Amino acid sequence: MSGLVLSINYTADQHFSLKLDCELPARGITAVYGPSGSGKSTLLDCIAGLRAGESGSVVKLGSTLWQGPNHLVPAWNREVGYVFQDARLFPHLNVLGNLRYALTRSQQRDTISLDQVITSLELNELLQHTTDTLSAGQKQRVAIARALLSSPALLLLDEPLANLDHAASQQCLRGLQQLSKELQLPMLYVSHDIEEVAQLADYLLLLEQGRLVEQGSLLELCSRLDTRLSREERAAAIITASVKQHDIDFDLTELDVEGHSLFVNRLSHSLGQQRRMRIPARDISICRSRPSDTSILNILPVTIDEMEHSDGARILLRLCLGSQYLLARITRKSAMELELQVGDKVFAQIKSVALLIEASDAA
Amino acid sequence: MSLNSAELDAIYLTLTLASVTTILLLILGTPLAWWLSRRRGTVPAAIEAIVALPLILPPTVLGFYLLLLFAPQSALGHFWQQLTGTQLAFSFSALVIGSVIYSLPFVVQPLQTAFQRIPQGLLEAAATLGARPLDQFRSVVLPLSRRSFLTAASLGFAHTVGEFGVVLMIGGNIPGETQVLSIALFDYVESLRFDEAHRLAGALIVFSLALLFLLYRSNGQTGWRMRA
Repeated sequence: MSGLVLSINYTADQHFSLKLDCELPARGITAVYGPSGSGKSTLLDCIAGLRAGESGSVVKLGSTLWQGPNHLVPAWNREVGYVFQDARLFPHLNVLGNLRYALTRSQQRDTISLDQVITSLELNELLQHTTDTLSAGQKQRVAIARALLSSPALLLLDEPLANLDHAASQQCLRGLQQLSKELQLPMLYVSHDIEEVAQLADYLLLLEQGRLVEQGSLLELCSRLDTRLSREERAAAIITASVKQHDIDFDLTELDVEGHSLFVNRLSHSLGQQRRMRIPARDISICRSRPSDTSILNILPVTIDEMEHSDGARILLRLCLGSQYLLARITRKSAMELELQVGDKVFAQIKSVALLIEASDAA
Repeated sequence: MSLNSAELDAIYLTLTLASVTTILLLILGTPLAWWLSRRRGTVPAAIEAIVALPLILPPTVLGFYLLLLFAPQSALGHFWQQLTGTQLAFSFSALVIGSVIYSLPFVVQPLQTAFQRIPQGLLEAAATLGARPLDQFRSVVLPLSRRSFLTAASLGFAHTVGEFGVVLMIGGNIPGETQVLSIALFDYVESLRFDEAHRLAGALIVFSLALLFLLYRSNGQTGWRMRA
């Protein structure tokens, strides 16, 4: 099956237009990332059929054409689930009523049952509640459940976690990841939060001012120096590692990454499990020789793969570790003093490692 | 104190007229209010102004032009006569048409306000869940504006009951055919029969008060504005 083919030409007014051509994988989670006003929500609206791009626009999922020359399938006939930022639950129906609304109108692909949705999104206690008594996180879980019950072939999510506190958003993320795997349902996930994107996405679409800037796998894009991602203060590389052993005495878990050890706070995962880790560029420092008198536990031998040319105070390095990459942001002065060159073998001291929840298998 | 048969006829006629008018107003007013609630521009503004006209126009002005329109010499009056074999002016049908026009703003405006308060986002959500436009209206718009339908129907009904000027102009004063309560009352007063006038006037006050009281009570503290 081919992917999601998009050729969208949409003009909102003289200040904003969305023009983009791309083909995305129709599996896993694709993040649409960009600053606000970059056209992320407009893109989802065009895919869902809530806004019609100009003639010549194409929206096609696999062999199903939703929009093409002289062809426009209305929103209600597209097998699309849409989770809006503001949930948009029907206030005159209770939680169960909202779920049933979707169920009775679904095209009956029987991909998911009411029970399954209720269990995965932990809605059992809430079914009889009216929607105005729900917290933001609960509302969003109901909205996700409702969208899934319409048996979509593609799930669109527009910053569904934007108004949620950390605990609630983690709960939603867990539910989404579990469902994405169980249902093999492709998702398009709009976000302006790079950490959320790093946790969820397999594939990444970068938008800026209504134009597609970059697309590619998350791991590849996150390790490049020439994208918007690397310019962010929170730029980070994402690596995958497997659980090697648990150190009960020190309450740590040792992970294996490309034959090297990485220690993190003790995990509950079984040995051999693959995990995705996020290592912020600003939390890596570079040494010429392996330091022996340091409190930092994680020191990895790496090769400098690429160096950013910049006149600013700080520069970004791409470090090669086996087949994976790390990013390090250091001062230009340090780089000069250490005479760092592409190809040099150095040591990366890692101050912190963020473990990403329930990583889906690396794309 | 009991009502004589002419008075009972007038009451029956008034209630029939108000009921028929209200039903027609709901049927015509709902799509019109929906259309007005989703459009901006010159044409909708002009239509809105026309709908609101009976609110400020003396009823006799409206009645005068309707009378001209309903006369057998006019195109509409002539057409009606060809079609039904009866005259349109001074008939019950003329009263219904006049009342529908006269009470239109009382039905359209509350509905339009209610519809405007329904977020477009909810309808978009319904669409992505597979609801066609008519289904969206039935499953989202109607339940969310239920109170306003009650308000609109009550106001349309009550306003028709209280109508005088238009009816006088186009209906005349034919007992059992076009003589409604307000006209019967006018008759009594003109012929100085104040006792009978008191009976009818008192009955109208009690009826109107009761209707408004029930309406306001059902809408709680919000008057006739509905809660979204």
